[in-house]
Amino acid sequence: MSDIGFSSARIRRGDMSPVEKIWQMSWSLLFIVACIFAFGFAMLYSAAGGSLEPWAGPQLARFIFGIGVVTIVAITDVRLIMRFSYLFYFVVLLMLIAVDVLGFVGKGAQRWIDLGFISLQPSELMKPAIILALARYFQGVTQDEIGKPLILLVPLGLILAPVALVILQPDLGTAMLIMMSAGIMLFMAGVRMWKFGVVAACGLAALPIAWSFLHDYQRNRVLTFLNPESDPLGTGYHILQSKIAFGSGGLFGKGFMGGTQAHLNFLPERQTDFIATMLAEELGMIGLLALLICFIIFIGYGYAIAIRCRHQFGRLVAVGLTASFFLYVFINIGMVMGLLPVVGVPLPFVSYGGTSLLTLMFSVGVLMNIYVHRDTQMGARGGFNDF
Amino acid sequence: MTMITRDSDWTKMFNRRAMILGGVQGVLVSALVGRMYYLQVIEADRYRTLAEDNRINIQLLAPPRGRILDRFGQALAINKQQFRVLIVPEQATKLSATLDNLARMVELSEHDRERIKKEVGRKRGFVPVTIRENLTWDEMARIQVNAPDLPGVIIDEGLTRYYPQHENAAHLLGYVAAVDEDELTGDPLLQVPGFRIGKDGVERIYDLKLRGKGGVSQVEVNAYGRTIRELKREEGQPGSDIVLTIDERIQRLAGERLGQESGSIVVMDVHTGDLIAMVSNPSFDANSFSRGLTQAEWKDLSTNDHTPLINKVISGTYSPGSTFKLVVTLAALEHNVISPEQTLHCSGRDPKIPQFQCHKVHGSVNMQRAISTSCDIYFYEMARRLGPDKIADMAKRLGLGQTSGLGLSGEKTGLIPTEAWKKAARGQRWTTGETMNTGIGQGYVSVTPLQLATMVSRVANGGLAVKPRLVRAMDGKMPAAPEAQDAALESLGIPPQNMAILHAGMYDVINGPPGATTAMAFGKLRFKDAEKKDWKMAGKTGTAQVRSLSDAERETYKRNPDAQPWKHRDNAFFVCFAPAHAPRYAIAVAVEHVPFGGGGGTFAAPIARDIMEEVLRLDPSRKPRVDEQVVADASPLPGVTPAAAPAANITPGATPGTAHE
Repeated sequence: MSDIGFSSARIRRGDMSPVEKIWQMSWSLLFIVACIFAFGFAMLYSAAGGSLEPWAGPQLARFIFGIGVVTIVAITDVRLIMRFSYLFYFVVLLMLIAVDVLGFVGKGAQRWIDLGFISLQPSELMKPAIILALARYFQGVTQDEIGKPLILLVPLGLILAPVALVILQPDLGTAMLIMMSAGIMLFMAGVRMWKFGVVAACGLAALPIAWSFLHDYQRNRVLTFLNPESDPLGTGYHILQSKIAFGSGGLFGKGFMGGTQAHLNFLPERQTDFIATMLAEELGMIGLLALLICFIIFIGYGYAIAIRCRHQFGRLVAVGLTASFFLYVFINIGMVMGLLPVVGVPLPFVSYGGTSLLTLMFSVGVLMNIYVHRDTQMGARGGFNDF
Repeated sequence: MTMITRDSDWTKMFNRRAMILGGVQGVLVSALVGRMYYLQVIEADRYRTLAEDNRINIQLLAPPRGRILDRFGQALAINKQQFRVLIVPEQATKLSATLDNLARMVELSEHDRERIKKEVGRKRGFVPVTIRENLTWDEMARIQVNAPDLPGVIIDEGLTRYYPQHENAAHLLGYVAAVDEDELTGDPLLQVPGFRIGKDGVERIYDLKLRGKGGVSQVEVNAYGRTIRELKREEGQPGSDIVLTIDERIQRLAGERLGQESGSIVVMDVHTGDLIAMVSNPSFDANSFSRGLTQAEWKDLSTNDHTPLINKVISGTYSPGSTFKLVVTLAALEHNVISPEQTLHCSGRDPKIPQFQCHKVHGSVNMQRAISTSCDIYFYEMARRLGPDKIADMAKRLGLGQTSGLGLSGEKTGLIPTEAWKKAARGQRWTTGETMNTGIGQGYVSVTPLQLATMVSRVANGGLAVKPRLVRAMDGKMPAAPEAQDAALESLGIPPQNMAILHAGMYDVINGPPGATTAMAFGKLRFKDAEKKDWKMAGKTGTAQVRSLSDAERETYKRNPDAQPWKHRDNAFFVCFAPAHAPRYAIAVAVEHVPFGGGGGTFAAPIARDIMEEVLRLDPSRKPRVDEQVVADASPLPGVTPAAAPAANITPGATPGTAHE
């Protein structure tokens, strides 16, 4: 081993003190996150008609708490995280099962688990969990081994188990998100391209069968997506109203707190899934572009961290988190503009929701952790020196 | 250093794939931006319009309906504030319990409950549903007091049409009711819930004037249609007031004077055609229609043989009897079939066709006497000499056999028979007997009381084609002076000397020399009021058979008049004008089915006399009660206010007809 780059051997080995680690954190990344959150905070304030209650205030408290989470996660030894990856995954998997069994009905789907002090949405937690678990798996796999199909059996199992559980809830959007971010991780782990082709072909072939398993409301969403104007007061209502809000905002918007569509309740779920619409209506295309640029910078940071990282676990985790983050942004904004079917995907850091925000902050913490521990040497099993 | 190479292989692969991933994501982000540009720049205007459409709801404001006033500004139809009780379903937690509570305070039928439940199911929760309209003050107060037990129940005030004179002029005024499907025109006002339009009478004819123009309220609504706030409000234009020619006091007196009888009275200004009164009796209370009739009330009205729902002034057609002799007289003079002085002998039977009888033996009669004694023999002969067509021509010129042009619905034309008509209608030839029947206003001849009034007005004014007129002022404008109108009237081409002979005959009917066999009630038809002794009335009675009687029947009914079925009894008529020397007002009275032995002279004429006396007493040209110009100018609103209190000008001890508040 020779020293590569600027990092000292001590940093490379990962035996920094907590204070050193805090110094190593990328505060500019956190600033970008804060910028994105600021958009959300402003919109939640506006959505409540100019009030911190019921959304903006609690969300701000969670964000501040989230910064603490980021810091703690960031200075935790990356190898510790790696070693606990499987455990974390299985705990979340158990929670998913519990939700399916015990979970109570909310919005026609079982998604929440009540821990007394907080309602957890295990499907949200599964997103970072699956990423960590897959990265943990591929950390110990060499490039030659990747070519062997059998080596992919375990990751496929890791992916399909939570996907099946989430579909059962049923939450098709999250299941697709988990699959897609996992797929990106496999891609980045070096799985051969033709294997993706096979899976895609199988997926297409299975489409009619999947269709027959869909719930009515899910089918309606897809059909509505294909022709939203067909039933303007029925299933197409949300997306049509969203497009009206979007378009009527124009280039510069109707002004902060001036969105008529949102404030007169034409816009559904304006504080959660359709918050981008409200932003587009009030701040116009300029405002939404500004937010989008913040997102792009954040994603760029994520990939930079992945590329800069010197261990497979870190790279894959960074790529996985960044990719799933991108997917959130793209699917949410694409949905509210009528580019994609309506799926319940929040806009990261912007939409109201406790589990979502805390999961995201945890993810940012992990990303930050990878950045801090970018040069840490790691063995195949998360050991400190075992390669 | 194998690890390093492997590591750099990894890095290369990773970086390559990261580039691919980044590229794909870049494309996707471009798609988002493109979509944003499409929605927010290219299509922005379209969506902005859609958003406004979403947000702004336009509500029509129904304007207050114009009032209908009598010629002196007395209210005949107004808008009255009414209370109604509504329920807001979303606030009424237990609908049926609330309705039960409410039923203890106001009457609620099963039918009402069904309707309310249906409406509640159909409408959105915050749209109030009407429970009952036209609450009394007591009911309203009771509900207000019990408001805590009646969640979601609200009291609303609105305007309803109210006819303060009740039965008085009901036929004439008509009524208002909800709009029917086939009455929807382009006017969006008609679609306002609860909007009412005129369905009959003046309310119908002048509906557009009375209706006014609707205002608009632009309100911002949320996605559920709930009103958030009013953005803009344009008040509508209230409907114009309509000032009728009717004098409410005369109208009322005429109605009272008819009492229980079935009949009609028309009082007309012979120069202007102003209808001072137009009464059909019995009448009904138009308010009961807006209140909603009970089953019993409706049955009562619709099955009554005195037909209270029919405006007999225009819809009742009768054989005019001897009143028609005015027409025959003028035709005879015009065609010179006899000289006025020439006498004919009345022996009680027609010399040529003895089946045709006179009601009396008159001896030798000249024209004036034939009129004043109403000698049938004379007029049989006149009719024979003229033939039906010449009589019909004169009848038409005097306004018979045609509608008035007032526009009232249900107006009948009546019938003035001609030879051609009979050929066309019956396919038969005209007979001499029919000519003779026509001569005394029997047979096919049929007229309405309004036509009779027009006829006698045209006779009274010396042969000018005056037409009945119902509206005195509209849009706040008073008409030109009556005199000017008179001058504009077309002449009927009747020479004054002919008219003078007819007037003399009609004068004698009432004021004939003692001993002359004038109308049944000689002396009784003069004005009673000493002040008006100098005022003479001229007129003509008429008694028309509804069916011919055998001698046996005649004997029976003479002994016991009650035995004659009501429907079979004679109709009595009287037409007159006054003052005889300078005619100003004409009256036509028709009384249906008078008791046996009675007729125009005994039943119709005394009514006309009383009314004429009052008309003359109230004649504004003699005793101006109200400065009409003040009436016209005083009101800022279109129309006329109930003007300066008339009380000061009323003669003390006036008839009930003058009781003005």
